[in-house]
Amino acid sequence: MTEGREILRIRELKKNFGENDVLHGISMSVREGEVVAIIGPSGSGKSTLLRCATLLERADSGEIYYTGESAASMDDSGGIVYADAASLAKIRRRFGLVFQNFNLFPHFSVLKNVADAPVTVAGRPRAEAEELAMALLVKLGLEDKAEAYPCQLSGGQQQRVSIARALAMQPDILFFDEPTSALDPELTGEILRVIRELALEKMTMVIVTHEMAFAEKVADRVIFMAEGLIVEEGAAGDVIGNPEQSRTRAFLKKYEI
Amino acid sequence: MSLQTMLLQLGEGMLTSMAIFALTLLGSLPLGLVVSFGRMSQNSLLQSLTRVYISIMRGTPLMLQLLVVYFGPYYLFNISVSRQYRFWAVIIAFVINYAAYFAEIYRGGIESMPRGQYEAAEVLGYGRLQTFFRIILPQVIKRILPSVTNEVITLIKDTSLAFAIAVPEMFTEAKAIAASQKTMSAFVAAGIFYYVFNLIVAALMEFFEARLRYYD
Repeated sequence: MTEGREILRIRELKKNFGENDVLHGISMSVREGEVVAIIGPSGSGKSTLLRCATLLERADSGEIYYTGESAASMDDSGGIVYADAASLAKIRRRFGLVFQNFNLFPHFSVLKNVADAPVTVAGRPRAEAEELAMALLVKLGLEDKAEAYPCQLSGGQQQRVSIARALAMQPDILFFDEPTSALDPELTGEILRVIRELALEKMTMVIVTHEMAFAEKVADRVIFMAEGLIVEEGAAGDVIGNPEQSRTRAFLKKYEI
Repeated sequence: MSLQTMLLQLGEGMLTSMAIFALTLLGSLPLGLVVSFGRMSQNSLLQSLTRVYISIMRGTPLMLQLLVVYFGPYYLFNISVSRQYRFWAVIIAFVINYAAYFAEIYRGGIESMPRGQYEAAEVLGYGRLQTFFRIILPQVIKRILPSVTNEVITLIKDTSLAFAIAVPEMFTEAKAIAASQKTMSAFVAAGIFYYVFNLIVAALMEFFEARLRYYD
């Protein structure tokens, strides 16, 4: 299961907002084809970890590597040094992020939401990008919505569009930040189904989620975080089914699993 | 004076009014965007400068600003100005005044954009300029269009302030006709001109708003 090449490696990542320490030194690694679920109570730093990994937030110290390429590393005095803008731009192409609130571009049609970045950012020919976008929309069951605007879609459909948008950039790894939290309960199923299908295709994914049953079923590995630290980490069945740490047990008890 | 001569004379004034209107928009809409960038800048000097500029432009009468721009070169620097400067003084004064109002409208629009739009663009790899011009600005334009319409309509009526330095725009012509012919009819005709001009512009702006209603 952990045979593939290492896609993401994070070492001793620390982040504080003013007085408030959010990440106390997180180390983790994700291999190709792996699905990692990050669980934990709110305020545990899961989302901040994801935001640091996707370079939306700058960490205060630590290291971040994508396929061995350094996005951030430590200098001799222990400070964090980010790669230059051009290298970071290249590294951004390696990952995608699906937001809790979708963050689709409301003035673009569904097709354009998916096809615009490949054309504008990656410089692909428009016809080719739209063909790929259309194929992704078909795959996600949205082929009849290509010309619609995001405001005309349900939350579940919008989230599927945002997954298609991230996939269109053909990332090595896809991050999900609580992808079902903004959805009505009856709509979460369609998103979880999509993620499960991606997992079957061996898409490398890191998912911050509160859906414990889903995490246990789909993830290869589960990381339980609390107060900015990784408390427990291991095979999904072990961490969720048979946790070692009392804090993990206490947390999972609230989900009655 | 026949009605025809009067309307012809007013019509000429109307052309000048329309020129002031068009040139002011042409200059102040883009300049306002630049000023709003200064106002939102991280650089505190630039930010303070634009803040003071906007405050003065909004805090003093446009008529006064017009007189300063027109007489300033001579009284302050002893530069004698050409006859054509009269018209350009109006354009300069109007552009820098309206740019201040537009800057605040842009700023309101830009600051109301949710952060998620920037973040989505950033993660997808859009550059700063691409993000602004492809993702942010088109949405900002839709949001601010009603406020811009307000300013544009005010501008039509403000063109009559050029009267203060005797630029032969429509109101100046109407006043001259009224004085020489001892009749109100020129004012009535001018009023109708302004009103119709306004109706057309308002309809045009409404058309643009409707065009942008394809989402949300």
